[in-house]
Amino acid sequence: MHPAFSVILFTTLSGAGYGLLLWAGGLILLPALQGRAPAHGAVVVLWGMLLVLGLMLTTAGLLSSMLHLGKPMRAWRAFSQWRTSWLSREGVFAVLTAIVVLALLALIGAAMLGHALPSLGMIAPVLAAIMLLLALCTIVSTAMIYASLKPIPAWRHPLVVPVYLVFAVFTGWLVLMTLVNWSVLSDEALGVIVLVTFALALIAGTLKLAYWYRIDRQPLGATRGDAVGLPGREVGVFERPHTQDNYLNREMGFVVARKHARPLRAISLALFALVPAVAAWLAWANPDWAGPVFTLATLLALVGVLVERWLFFAQARHLVTLYY
Amino acid sequence: MTDLPPPSKKKLGLVIDLDTCVGCHACAVSCKEWNAGGFAAPLTDEQPYGKDPSGVWFNRVHSYEVAATEGCASSATPQPPMTLHFPRSCLHCEQPACVTVCPTGASYKRAEDGIVLVDEDKCIGCKLCSWACPYGAREYSEVEGVMKKCTLCVDRIYNENLDEAERQPACVQACPTRARHFGDLGDPESKVSKLVAERGGVDLLPQLGYQPVNKYLPPRPRRSGDAPSPAPQVETLDTAALPPLLRWLDRVLTR
Amino acid sequence: MRAPAEPAIDTSPSVGDEVKTTTCYMCACRCGIKVWLKGGQIRYIQGNPDHPVNRGVLCAKGSAGIMQHYSPARLDKPLLRVGERGSGEFREIEWDEALDIAASWLRPIRERNPDELAFFTGRDQSQALTGWWAQQFGTVNYAAHGGFCSVNMAAGGLYTLGGSFWEFGEPDWDHTQYLMLWGVAEDHDSNPIKLGLGKLKARGAKIVAVNPVRSGYGAIADEWIGIRPGTDGLFAFALIHELLKADRIDLDYLVRYTNAHWLVVRDPGGPEDGLFARDLDGHPMCAVDSHRFVRADDVDISPRVVGEYTLRDGRTAVPAFHLVAERYLDPQYSPEAVSERCGIPADTIRRIARELAEAAFDRAFTLPVAWTDAWGREHDTMLGRPVSMHAMRGISAHSNGFHTCRALHLLQLLLGAVDSPGSFRYQPPFPKPLPPPNRPGKARQANGVLDAAPLGFVHGPEDLVVDADGGPRRIDHAFSWAYPLSAHGMMHTVIRNAWAGDPYRIDTLMMFMANMSWNSSMNTAQTIAWLTDKDDGGDYRIPRIIYADAYASEMVAYADLVLPDTTYLERFDAISLLDRPISDADGAADAIRHPVLEASKQSPGRDVRGFQSVLIELGARLDLPGLVNEDGSPKYRDYADYIVRHERAPGVGLLAGWRGAHGEVEAKGQPNPEQLQRYIDNGGFWRSEIPEHARYFKMANRGYLDWAQRMGFLGHADPIVLQLYSETLQKFRLAAQGHGATQPPEQHRERVATYFDPIPMWYEPFEGAQVAAGNDFPLSAVTQRPMFMYHAWGSQNAWLRQIATRNWMYLHPETGARYGIGDEDWIDVSSHHGTITVQAKFAANVQPDTVWTWNAIGKRRGAWRLGKDAPEGREGFLLNHLISDITPRGDYANADPVTGQAAWFDLRVRIAKAPVAQASSPQFPSLAMGEADDAPLRYGAQFRKQREDSTQ
Ligand SMILES: Nc1nc2c(c(=O)[nH]1)N[C@H]1C(S)=C(S)[C@@H](COP(=O)(O)OP(=O)(O)OC[C@H]3O[C@@H](n4cnc5c(=O)[nH]c(N)nc54)[C@H](O)[C@@H]3O)O[C@H]1N2
Ligand SMILES: Nc1nc2c(c(=O)[nH]1)N[C@H]1C(S)=C(S)[C@@H](COP(=O)(O)OP(=O)(O)OC[C@H]3O[C@@H](n4cnc5c(=O)[nH]c(N)nc54)[C@H](O)[C@@H]3O)O[C@H]1N2
Ligand code: SF4
Ligand code: SF4
Ligand code: SF4
Ligand code: SF4
Ligand code: SF4
Ligand SMILES: [Mo]
Repeated sequence: MHPAFSVILFTTLSGAGYGLLLWAGGLILLPALQGRAPAHGAVVVLWGMLLVLGLMLTTAGLLSSMLHLGKPMRAWRAFSQWRTSWLSREGVFAVLTAIVVLALLALIGAAMLGHALPSLGMIAPVLAAIMLLLALCTIVSTAMIYASLKPIPAWRHPLVVPVYLVFAVFTGWLVLMTLVNWSVLSDEALGVIVLVTFALALIAGTLKLAYWYRIDRQPLGATRGDAVGLPGREVGVFERPHTQDNYLNREMGFVVARKHARPLRAISLALFALVPAVAAWLAWANPDWAGPVFTLATLLALVGVLVERWLFFAQARHLVTLYY
Repeated sequence: MTDLPPPSKKKLGLVIDLDTCVGCHACAVSCKEWNAGGFAAPLTDEQPYGKDPSGVWFNRVHSYEVAATEGCASSATPQPPMTLHFPRSCLHCEQPACVTVCPTGASYKRAEDGIVLVDEDKCIGCKLCSWACPYGAREYSEVEGVMKKCTLCVDRIYNENLDEAERQPACVQACPTRARHFGDLGDPESKVSKLVAERGGVDLLPQLGYQPVNKYLPPRPRRSGDAPSPAPQVETLDTAALPPLLRWLDRVLTR
Repeated sequence: MRAPAEPAIDTSPSVGDEVKTTTCYMCACRCGIKVWLKGGQIRYIQGNPDHPVNRGVLCAKGSAGIMQHYSPARLDKPLLRVGERGSGEFREIEWDEALDIAASWLRPIRERNPDELAFFTGRDQSQALTGWWAQQFGTVNYAAHGGFCSVNMAAGGLYTLGGSFWEFGEPDWDHTQYLMLWGVAEDHDSNPIKLGLGKLKARGAKIVAVNPVRSGYGAIADEWIGIRPGTDGLFAFALIHELLKADRIDLDYLVRYTNAHWLVVRDPGGPEDGLFARDLDGHPMCAVDSHRFVRADDVDISPRVVGEYTLRDGRTAVPAFHLVAERYLDPQYSPEAVSERCGIPADTIRRIARELAEAAFDRAFTLPVAWTDAWGREHDTMLGRPVSMHAMRGISAHSNGFHTCRALHLLQLLLGAVDSPGSFRYQPPFPKPLPPPNRPGKARQANGVLDAAPLGFVHGPEDLVVDADGGPRRIDHAFSWAYPLSAHGMMHTVIRNAWAGDPYRIDTLMMFMANMSWNSSMNTAQTIAWLTDKDDGGDYRIPRIIYADAYASEMVAYADLVLPDTTYLERFDAISLLDRPISDADGAADAIRHPVLEASKQSPGRDVRGFQSVLIELGARLDLPGLVNEDGSPKYRDYADYIVRHERAPGVGLLAGWRGAHGEVEAKGQPNPEQLQRYIDNGGFWRSEIPEHARYFKMANRGYLDWAQRMGFLGHADPIVLQLYSETLQKFRLAAQGHGATQPPEQHRERVATYFDPIPMWYEPFEGAQVAAGNDFPLSAVTQRPMFMYHAWGSQNAWLRQIATRNWMYLHPETGARYGIGDEDWIDVSSHHGTITVQAKFAANVQPDTVWTWNAIGKRRGAWRLGKDAPEGREGFLLNHLISDITPRGDYANADPVTGQAAWFDLRVRIAKAPVAQASSPQFPSLAMGEADDAPLRYGAQFRKQREDSTQ
């Protein structure tokens, strides 16, 4: 599949954004779940920052995804078909998520302006829970856009949804860490951070490796013989319908050779898994560097994810290529 | 609406005879010609006179080489290699994921006759439907910003401004070998259904479950009879002793 | 029934404001079309279901007519060259000036020596006019494209059957059970053949394709015989060998309809050796027993077909069939003997022979149609032989093509399968007497008019167009001893000879619709050089070139004066029975084109004219006899007027329909001023059915012969005897052996004696034979017609060019492996004549000793107003650069020695891997003829807008 940069950027940024919202939601929910007193002061400001950043990332992602539409002005129509279309669902969930985020931000804003509503402590966790759920749904919907496409076996793979989720959580975590690590953190906190980062890097890396391993061995599920109605016959291309490429070849016919993909996979893996792990370790070993180190690591990891997403497209063979 | 309508009784579609198709591209060009000014107009061509011409086509004709078969125990006779011409257009599937994935409702399957269409006024050009079609039947135009596809010539087949005999898709009308047939595949008594039954018409990629309405008639087995022929007919005359032509000497011919 | 959420759509939009029926000219097949117009623009072109040629179907080219009509490569105004030839620099001029210039060039020629005008036309369909015009002008130097196209097919047929494959006959699509296609990729009967193949498929008849390449028709054939190019004659002989051996031949048919029983004099060295034994009145004789001879055309006799007979004058004679059987029973033509050279297993040859016989004899059938034969005998039924053949340029574009074509006809005749039900059938006006009666014109009358049209059929050496020394009198050397039966002229030799002044210098070369500086010439690079070469005085060696084209083709750049033609939708044309008819086996037909769009309204400033009208006006300006009245005023207003009023013979004009003052008669009758309107009202064509009893055995069917005579197709209604044995050829051989008044000059004697064999022969095609010595060129290289493209003129078409924007050299993977070449590698392809560098592509559907490519996809950069970097010019290529116009030995044109047919497919090459390249070579400087607007083409958007505006 042709890796449209806008789409890759979209899934990368919005993935990180929703991941961040997930963590933010968790942070807001946590005290309520623990039965602690509602947070206030700096913590609420942090919530606000996380939410704003999450909103920015997801919105930037959405806007960039609109770039690839032929008729962006009509994008609103995409909310209508949630009954059947994962793309539509993604849009609906994204908007709902954004509304809830805005509502939360309004609450927080009000609190910060001193109009601390008594209900903040009660409403915020509820909204956060809803937001958490919606963000999850959005991520799943995004993944399902791909995972529901029968003509692209590599995308139909059961690991696709988990990978999207884990990458969102992981990249969201890294963004969170970038913010958090600019302030002075306790050794204990840094320890937890190292562990969590290690764990997420490991899960993400393992899942992706597993995914790659599987798709490399996964048959396309159909032969050219099946495609032309002659199952069991060996069919080779003699002449294409048109000597120059057309939309299908450009959009669906883009496949990067495995040989070329291998170094890209290594780079991607190093960037999104190894780099954050090393960064976490560095931050733990030398807390003074934590801020810059995490910032750099997150940027690199996002680049790694971009490469991973690029490969997700470039290595996915569409069945229509059987015809060419 | 991207919800699929309940299965229609009438299932209009094409039956394409791969045994007869000579790969002349007439169906592809006549399709282009009709539709360029029709329901889905225009079928934009980019770089029409330049380096990389590429345009929107609803029908494209491929050519393949099919390898010989050995012929197996099940007595299938061995088949020589074959050149196969294969026109490809929308199959107007009964379970068209191209429709259900569409976020806007631009893609739809007609309740009345099962024709799958794009309402270009609603289409946002997200291309998702083209990803969802395993048959490559959707054509996006960068210039127009919307998705296009075979309309089954919906603006011909019911068109009262055309003679009744001409109310058929442009590709069917044009096909010089008459390898293309149009009709109601939902009606077992229709000419096309009977043809499919008679010739063992097949679905493409049935395992995907799209349930195409269009059917392809596979090439008939080739009759090249590569079996060695019996020894040449035994001569009645001793050819060594007598020039063989003398056997015609006594032939009583009538002029 | 629409689901609530479905948008309302208009399923019954208006298709157009009007629909006009005319004739397609996206190729020479001449199908009927209906052109839908909307707001003055073409909305849709479809096949006309009523039309006899295409019955409603339409090919890819025809369907792309819109893009051809609106092509940006259209010429708009007459052009006068201002730069050097080939630079593409012109000045636009008005028609009056253009015609003045042309007349001022041609008038002195006509006064001085009309032969100094060479008038040659390409894919033209108005030879009935152009040939006649040349005759009025008085030049012998006229020809149409047949000589470089398929004259072997035409001559082979016309000198054997009085009809031929090509578009002069067709398989009996409704009855045949077995069809052999020999070297056919597309042919002129493009849609009729496809319709027919569809019918055979529906019926389950067997189709066998004999072709080194398995594409197109070969793809759907039941059996593909991947023959080595140039060896079909051998294959046919082996089939004949088998049929003779097994005695599976139709002797009754042979004695009834052919000259099988005619006695041939055996008198080696004698002046009549090989001629028919004739009685005192000149009637050929046959033997009915060992010494009783009767007229061969007697009926109710039982003639002998073998045996040696002593004539009353003491000479011996044998029936023609005897010679045939003797030759082909020889073991040199056994399947085993030819198998290796042809690349066909002997078993396969034997089986095909058996299948042919089974089809012809075991599946013989009778049509319950009563008929009367030419001798008045009545028959209740017609005996059918359901085996048919069709052949085209795969056979004829070889230097042994004439004989191979005759070999196929011989095979058909032995099976009794010519114009029997189920077999090959003539399309009227064929069959013609053998040879056809019209001989080439060669003497000028007092008024300067040639005694006959320049092209015709020679009946013997006396008809050759040669000078006192036996040298050629025509610039193309047609009808000379080098190529005696060149019935269509030799387009492929004109430019070289005009440049070389061989046999003399000419003044003006006038061409029409022929892309001679590119894909239709052999040796293209040198042809370009000849067109631009200057003599010592600094003058062009070909002093003047007038060219009529409708588009900015490669050839336009080489003209001094360009006469812009209309597109096919803007002019009158006659598809005449006097020219290349569109009849089918059941009826005679002709047709017209008429302007469905007005040329001047197609773009601002456009001022083009139908070339035929221009020719008529030019003729009038030159005071050519047939073109002016007594008082010197123009006789015809324009071509439309000529079509209606011109009479070739009393009552015979270009069109056969609706003649007579009121359109009441067919074929012969006085001109009808309303004729064109009658055609228009009838969908642009006229067709007259042959009576049912007259549709088969046309050569000897009383009903047909009388009908054909009434229609003017035959001068007399005598039966036509098909010629197994060609006495005409023997006459040339005798001349070469030193007999008769007209003998070839010494240098041609052996050649004529060798190749004028009265029964079909096979020889290695010249190029192969002459380069074989070192075996340097082990592969054959051929081209094929793509079904979706017409020669040069398809590439300007925005839709068609997308199908093939470039070509590759196709080769078998084994061949690639043999020469160390990989798929899509760039390779050098070399012939004895030169080298081209092109990109290879593997495909296993080709005979491994043959490489091939699509014809005429490669374009010269800058031509056709394509972008400078268009793949047609960058990666596309022409095989023509490798095809020499003369034999490797350099003694003759690269042509058939009998007919002069261009031997395109004799080409032998070797291949080798080349360094990776970006472009094919050779490349030529880009022509400066303008570049089309390359912005996205949104044709049709306007119709949608109109529709949407009108519903709002
Ligand atoms: N290598 C190779 N070369 C071949 C052949 C082959 O098989 N292999 N085939 C040969 C054969 S059989 C043939 S017939 C020739 C064909 O050769 P040509 O007869 O030269 O055919 P085209 O190349 O189509 O060129 C015809 C010209 O007619 C012009 N034209 C088109 N429509 C009109 C019109 O309406 N009016 C006028 N005035 N001009 C028009 C086109 O612009 C073009 O310049 O090619 C020959 N060349
Ligand atoms: N679409 C389209 N139609 C056309 C034309 C066109 O340009 N495009 N051109 C028209 C013209 S001018 C002509 S003359 C006709 C020509 O019509 P065809 O004769 O059908 O055309 P070609 O493609 O020249 O060649 C015929 C076939 O001969 C095969 N062949 C080559 N050598 C041999 C051989 O030695 N033996 C055998 N058995 N086969 C051999 C080639 O592989 C090819 O398939 O088509 C006419 N129709
Ligand atoms: S062929 Fe493709 S576009 Fe057509 S209905 Fe089926 S899935 Fe949809
Ligand atoms: S491109 Fe248009 S028709 Fe296709 S899914 Fe998107 S909105 Fe629907
Ligand atoms: S049915 Fe109509 S739109 Fe579809 S392929 Fe045929 S001509 Fe084209
Ligand atoms: S028009 Fe008919 S024969 Fe030609 S490619 Fe299409 S289906 Fe095949
Ligand atoms: S075969 Fe095609 S291009 Fe030729 S006349 Fe017929 S429709 Fe036109
Ligand atoms: Mo030709």
